[in-house]
Amino acid sequence: MKYTEEHEWLKPEGDVVIVGITQHAADALGELVFVELPEVGTEVEKGEEIVVIESVKAASDITAPLDGEITEVNQDIVDTPTLVNEDPTAAAWFFKMKLKDASEMDGLMDEDAYKALID
Amino acid sequence: MADLLQTPLYDFHVEKGAKLVPFAGYEMPVQYPLGVMNEHKHCRAKAGLFDVSHMGQVLLTPKSGNIEDACLALETLVPMDICALKPGRQRYAFFTNDNGGILDDLMVANRGDHLFLVVNAACKDADIAHMKNKISDTCEITVVDDRALVALQGPDAETVLSALIPAVADYKFMDVAIVDYDGMELWISRSGYTGEDGYEISVPADNASVFVSKLSENELVEPIGLGARDSLRLEGGLCLYGNDIDETTTPVEAALTWAIQKARRTGGDREGGFPGAEEVLAQFENGAPRKRAGLLPEGRAPMRAGTKLFSSENSSDEIGEITSGGFGPSVNGPVSMGYLSTEYSAEGTKVFAELRGKRLPAIVTKMPFVAANFKR
Repeated sequence: MKYTEEHEWLKPEGDVVIVGITQHAADALGELVFVELPEVGTEVEKGEEIVVIESVKAASDITAPLDGEITEVNQDIVDTPTLVNEDPTAAAWFFKMKLKDASEMDGLMDEDAYKALID
Repeated sequence: MADLLQTPLYDFHVEKGAKLVPFAGYEMPVQYPLGVMNEHKHCRAKAGLFDVSHMGQVLLTPKSGNIEDACLALETLVPMDICALKPGRQRYAFFTNDNGGILDDLMVANRGDHLFLVVNAACKDADIAHMKNKISDTCEITVVDDRALVALQGPDAETVLSALIPAVADYKFMDVAIVDYDGMELWISRSGYTGEDGYEISVPADNASVFVSKLSENELVEPIGLGARDSLRLEGGLCLYGNDIDETTTPVEAALTWAIQKARRTGGDREGGFPGAEEVLAQFENGAPRKRAGLLPEGRAPMRAGTKLFSSENSSDEIGEITSGGFGPSVNGPVSMGYLSTEYSAEGTKVFAELRGKRLPAIVTKMPFVAANFKR
């Protein structure tokens, strides 16, 4: 698993990566009440705001971790936003994407580096 | 947070695991480990305990010894019928400015020989200065800074408080009393800011943690932070000063005309006589250009404060703005309130909110969003 400074995790699965938010991010946001995901097939650029999430406290954006194309989104978290608070690193993944350049994964943080960031 | 004040219940919040944030100059609990959503639901189902010690408590004592003089003096600053307030009763009020805008909203209680006021934390210094400036000839103005203020709200509030103080079960909505409990002098009113039945209790600062521990020992009680306090009052259709009402909103625009009794309106015994009376009474006659109203978003996306409102999906004419909005845990969906041009403020009107560049529909809806549960 790799991590971004925006508190996203990326997990390779075949020729795509699964993307979600970390437990640390989910805890900081508080209970989620609304999630809006991008359309499948959307070409996204690193840093582009592609997901809107709202918690009981505030609205936030989630950005594309790397360049690529959205291949699948998780309707379960749209239907039940609090799933993100319950299981952010497995059942409550956000979207899957095919990276433009798979080697860019190497530039992201590993678990130790991410832990150091949030400590 | 070096410059922030702490309430007498600071240690209680820390002990309960609260997340503390700066609010109106105080370090206040925004939530406890239960979380905003569950705190909200707990308060509607059982009983929630709130620390509101940051609010201002003020006594107005008539120098003449005659309470009517204090009532008449306060009436020069608020458009309420304070003279008609009976001993042991409380009522909602607001200070107006010369344009008819609202300087602050407050509670006023008649306690026999003096008035007791509770004002907003962020406005208390200005309110006290305002009263000292305007009515100190007739009233002794005493700031009560050695007392905490807590609220116990929810359908089980009566069960919880009457287990300690049986008499409170007989109080009606907006009754006030001074009660001795275990050597503490408590100032109790049956009122609150959640839309639920409940009490607000002023307790000497030195006794506050003991008293609050007594309440929270009851398993029906959970401490509730500012996060849920906001969603509870929003579902209750209650205004937050600074968001939904301020110096630029008049009582007529704010749909608070119910709080201005007949005696102070045109043709009343003591018509006008408060700051901005001409403007306010003219709006009673002629209506106001805009009106505060409830809004139910049709989708799931919360529409928060600052969101602009339009008459259609593509119209460029702004017809209003949301002043409070978020997710309503009891409604189980988004709820908002805001100001709309009066022609769009009728119940059932469909308007459009601009969210992240998209126009999303919302329906003008009667408030409260959750039926009030007061003991009248």
